[in-house]
Amino acid sequence: MILILDYGLGNLGSIRNMLDHLNLECLISADHKDLEKAEKLILPGVGSFDTAIERIQGTPGLKELLDHKALVEKIPVLGICLGMQLLTNGSEEGQLPGLGWIPAATKRFPANGLKIPHMGWNLVRPTGDHPLTRGFADEIRFYFVHSYYVEVADPAHSLFKCHYGLDFDAAVGRDNIFGVQFHPEKSHRFGKQLLKNFGAL
Amino acid sequence: MLRTRVIPVLLLRGESLVKTVRFKNPAYIGDPSNACRIFNELEVDELTFLDIRATHERREPNWRVLKEISEECFMPVSYGGGIDSVAMAEKVLKLGFEKVVVNSAAMRDPALVTAIAKAFGSQSVIVAIDVDRSFWGNQYCFSVSGTKKNRIAPVDWARRVEELGAGEILLTSVRREGTWSGFDLDLIKAVADAVNIPVIAHGGAGSVGDIGAAVRQGHASAVALGSMVVYQKKGMGVLVNFPDERQLREELGR
Repeated sequence: MILILDYGLGNLGSIRNMLDHLNLECLISADHKDLEKAEKLILPGVGSFDTAIERIQGTPGLKELLDHKALVEKIPVLGICLGMQLLTNGSEEGQLPGLGWIPAATKRFPANGLKIPHMGWNLVRPTGDHPLTRGFADEIRFYFVHSYYVEVADPAHSLFKCHYGLDFDAAVGRDNIFGVQFHPEKSHRFGKQLLKNFGAL
Repeated sequence: MLRTRVIPVLLLRGESLVKTVRFKNPAYIGDPSNACRIFNELEVDELTFLDIRATHERREPNWRVLKEISEECFMPVSYGGGIDSVAMAEKVLKLGFEKVVVNSAAMRDPALVTAIAKAFGSQSVIVAIDVDRSFWGNQYCFSVSGTKKNRIAPVDWARRVEELGAGEILLTSVRREGTWSGFDLDLIKAVADAVNIPVIAHGGAGSVGDIGAAVRQGHASAVALGSMVVYQKKGMGVLVNFPDERQLREELGR
């Protein structure tokens, strides 16, 4: 079962719709009992960086349980949009430290004449062969909406690169932990392929 | 490089899809969730649904229809019609819509745009500006599905809503809507050049060439299609469709 972590706000139904469509069993929940049973975990994006971290830290035992599932049990984890940024050490959007599961920083797009947020369909390119990024046709595109981007410390943790004013990491991965900046649940067959890959990990 | 978005705009009346001409004479098109399934297959960039009766009838959105739409769409989707509070916007976003579209409520209470932007981010609020000429030839912004004239010029209102926190503007020419006669390029250019947020050109698209013109000459960031995506051709029968991707690429370089 894939658990979609419910922080109280956010567009979780769309993720569930696509997983249902792919016949991947999933559950939207924040219940510790459900989380303990989860075989995979999706961290969706919710509001601002500090708000999301506060919600995780403000729930007694949640941070410890998440750390246990991700770092000890090593179940596959996928952060989506802000959920990806939460995996990093911290963000220029907030003051609080991130989960720090992937050595990376979250930075604001420089105001150099480009419209912010980066919103719409953009192309990504795989940095190499990885089970999460397999099975795509030549041209891979996803739907993005974000004002902050992730920059990994170790290039080996970058799975997809995207360009918007500068090159940034559109998908990252370290061992069992993954993050995507785009919205696979709103990206047609491209998103389906990515979530299918995640489901098969 | 971001693709120039080409967005079907679909009109809801009750539980049906309809298509109007100059905001009048709604003709039955079909079932909204069926259209969503077809647009999924066609891999369109984004969808917009507008309930053209909600404000008129002073009622809330049709939540059942919206739920069905959100469950069918594997692409970004926005909704407008009858949204007049942050709570209502939140309900739409929570259903799985990326953006809400406001017009009449923003005219009455401009602070609503700011409140929605503050709560959910600017990218989640589109202000629709429906433009028509008055008897004397001046252009004004209309609300309540084109029935209420507001004495403010489109460029002024566009600048204002950008300041208020709108993420995008859906700019519609009432005179061109449903006519297949091409966009009002002067209007689009005037508004697009006046603001920094994306302007979606709407009203009049009749060919892929029109789409290109709205972007190149009108400086639109995105283009909305109505009749073109629900009819085979002008004056012909209903057919949910989308322009050929190769033609769009040639026209838009996307």
